[in-house]
Amino acid sequence: MSVAQIAGGAVPTVAKRAARRDWLFRGALVVFGLIALAALLGPWIAPYDSSALYVGPVNGASSLAHPFGTDDVGRDILSRVLVGAGASVFAPIVVVLLSTVLGLGLALTAAWFGGWVSGVVARVVDVIFAIPGLVIAVLAVAMFGKGLVAPVVALSIAYIPVVARLTQTAAARELGKPYLAALRVQGVSSLAICFRHLVPAMIPVVAAQMAVGFGYAMLDLAAISFLGLGQQPPAPDWGSMIAGGQAGILAGAPEQSVFPAVFVVITVLAVGIIGARVTLWAEEKER
Amino acid sequence: MPPLTRTVLARLGGMLLTLFLASVVIYSAVLLTGDPIAALAGGAKPTPELIEQIRAAYHLDDPLWSRYWQWLTSAVQGDFGRSFVYKTEVMTLLAPRFGLTLQLVLLTVLIILVFGVGSGVVAALRGGAVDRTVAVLTSLGMALPTFVVAILLIWIFAKSLGWFPVYGEGGGGWDRVWHLVLPAVSLAVLFIAYLSRVTRSALVAQVHSEHVETARVRGIPRSRIFRVHVFRNAAPQILAISGTTIAGLFAASAIAEVAFGLGGIGSLLVQAAARADLPVVQIVSLLLVTIFVVLNAIADLCSALIDPTSVAGGKAA
Repeated sequence: MSVAQIAGGAVPTVAKRAARRDWLFRGALVVFGLIALAALLGPWIAPYDSSALYVGPVNGASSLAHPFGTDDVGRDILSRVLVGAGASVFAPIVVVLLSTVLGLGLALTAAWFGGWVSGVVARVVDVIFAIPGLVIAVLAVAMFGKGLVAPVVALSIAYIPVVARLTQTAAARELGKPYLAALRVQGVSSLAICFRHLVPAMIPVVAAQMAVGFGYAMLDLAAISFLGLGQQPPAPDWGSMIAGGQAGILAGAPEQSVFPAVFVVITVLAVGIIGARVTLWAEEKER
Repeated sequence: MPPLTRTVLARLGGMLLTLFLASVVIYSAVLLTGDPIAALAGGAKPTPELIEQIRAAYHLDDPLWSRYWQWLTSAVQGDFGRSFVYKTEVMTLLAPRFGLTLQLVLLTVLIILVFGVGSGVVAALRGGAVDRTVAVLTSLGMALPTFVVAILLIWIFAKSLGWFPVYGEGGGGWDRVWHLVLPAVSLAVLFIAYLSRVTRSALVAQVHSEHVETARVRGIPRSRIFRVHVFRNAAPQILAISGTTIAGLFAASAIAEVAFGLGGIGSLLVQAAARADLPVVQIVSLLLVTIFVVLNAIADLCSALIDPTSVAGGKAA
């Protein structure tokens, strides 16, 4: 699934219905669309080479040539923010997709079989929930080294409990409905019921969870990069840029930290607004 | 057995089982890397002496379960093993840093409870413009992660205004508090917003309930309605979320510690992970998980004590 699909295609009805009446939601979609565009086209639309040194002054302030200023080795911040959007946006998408597949799989297994199977799933979910996401990610980095791969896999596992608990409740509610019992009596196979009827019925709940989860994944991954354990230099990433610019703040050049920080906040806000609207849509569907 | 005792025992059992399984997961991290000796040596150079040392310290020639059991029992007794990267006992690294993290978390909890619950109560009781303002502020707060607030605070209050120190933990007493204010605020903002929303919605749900309406009709004073009928009924939910939040702070404090150059267990965890020092990472993870699970269980039990109906098999008081 691409960014554009998450922004619009995955939830077409809600996007259209709400966009007609709500400027805030429409604005959030536009903002997220622009950021997704930067994530896709970053290296091509950046005015400078994001890792080229001394294209401008050291710790340069905002200017016409460098709207976001330049960092401690004279790299153009705007270019780095645009190129960094790639890792900052795509890594959370991978987390959301992986955790949704894993969590949904566990939840469906539990809801379908019930009994001791659901007991085991509940225990697994409890144990994952007992380890804070940041700790799982740091443990993974200690085991497999720095970079984005270990934290992305670790966070996908860390988010399983939330996805599994939510979808298990939804699946159990759906399974209690008479139409599924009727299908079973008619002799429709379990797999067909599961993937043709149960999973489609749960799309609103899952979509809402994915939108909300994206915001959290983005914050967690940016935090891990801020701690120096995620995306490694010289590749840019908003989290590591914020950390790298701390010395610049003390040298009187706050741009190098503040601009990537603003982008993190704007993206998370936009995704939060979209997520809230999708959740509302899921609740309306449920009624 | 009275229902309350049964609940307490059942939750205690569940907590211990979860902790045990989590410790197995954390221990098996060494095995998952494929080469336990390299993993335990971390960034340190694996000389033949070091390999021998690791072999002996971790009983690598013993069967798996026996190794795990020795690791866990010594950890529980306070023997946290040895860091081959720092070339010292893990306990020596941990003890002084834990105090600082504890101080930071306590200050943060104070800020979160005062501003989070406070703004939630005000928003729920005043309504109107106040409620809307709090809603906008909490929406913004929920999008302000610790590291962003940290650099904004460093920029504005430490660098530009010079009101607070930028880095370090300072001496003891008030100097320490002075150094911890900005880190604590940076850690608190997101959770203030979250707790404020939880508090508001828990209170609003009670304010519009029938029993509160009845109490109002009977002419019971507003302050008493709020204390006995509204706040007490909303308290278990607020307490449960506060407990989970506070439990998570010990791990989240790593970000504030790194941003402000504080030597707590969080920054130790991050440094150890960066240097692939698995023995330290494992012990700190185990410690953080234990704190997280125990605090969650305590919050859970407190809610059960306040609200007897949540006790399985219990009757409404």
